[in-house]
Amino acid sequence: MSGTDLLLWFFAAAALGGGVLMLVARHPMRVALALISSMISLAGIYAVLGVHVIAVFQVLIYVGAVMVFMVYVIMLLDVRDPSFLERYGRVVVPAVALAAVLAAALAVAAGSGRIMTAEELALFHDAPVATSFGVQPFSAEFLDQYWLHFELTSVLLLAAVVAAIAVIRTGRRRDG
Amino acid sequence: MDRTQLLLWLSFALFSLGFVGVMIRRNALVMLMCMELMLNGVILSLVTFAERSAMLSGAVLVFLVFVVAAAEIAIAIPIVLLLARRRRTLDVGAWSELRG
Repeated sequence: MSGTDLLLWFFAAAALGGGVLMLVARHPMRVALALISSMISLAGIYAVLGVHVIAVFQVLIYVGAVMVFMVYVIMLLDVRDPSFLERYGRVVVPAVALAAVLAAALAVAAGSGRIMTAEELALFHDAPVATSFGVQPFSAEFLDQYWLHFELTSVLLLAAVVAAIAVIRTGRRRDG
Repeated sequence: MDRTQLLLWLSFALFSLGFVGVMIRRNALVMLMCMELMLNGVILSLVTFAERSAMLSGAVLVFLVFVVAAAEIAIAIPIVLLLARRRRTLDVGAWSELRG
């Protein structure tokens, strides 16, 4: 087993461990920290795969923006809330059984069949095959072919900000 | 074991863990975080296939999904805060009349 494979296994185990911790941790802050560790492990996996841009985005957008927002909200809320103390609802057993069936089906699906290599896949599409996923080839492709989508994301983010403000204002008016 | 196979299994495991979390946890914020875990599992399989087929357009798609996830959280958290302010709790059981 080579060094990169070892790293991959390590990060995979860490991501899985973070996911399990999310289910058993009681306080939302611990859940958030478990999710952050899981996300950072996934960023490690992306880095090992050589997809450096996605690894950086994972840390910047997910850990840096989304989870910091989440942690901030958790700190804002009341810790005497009963839902902070009692972990599970009423449907634990059927939910776990359903998810176990789903996981088994997915595992069988992933285990059967064969996954095509890049050379075989290249026979089916006209897109150029990337030699690397580094910052420079990614940026060239991104801003050359997908600049319109990039600009549209800013419109989407603006719409999200306006919607968030609208939600908060509506709630304030109802409360009096 | 093949690297792609390992990552696919990890992605399915993360998705299933998030699915369990959304269904069994009581706290609305924790449910949101479990949904993020599900999304992360899906993104992992997307990145795996993009890397496997050596297509940069897959990486671009992942970036767009990240932006959508950020927008989703920006709207979901104010809604959760609004619910918490109305009933003074984050327990989704307090909103069971939404069942219809």
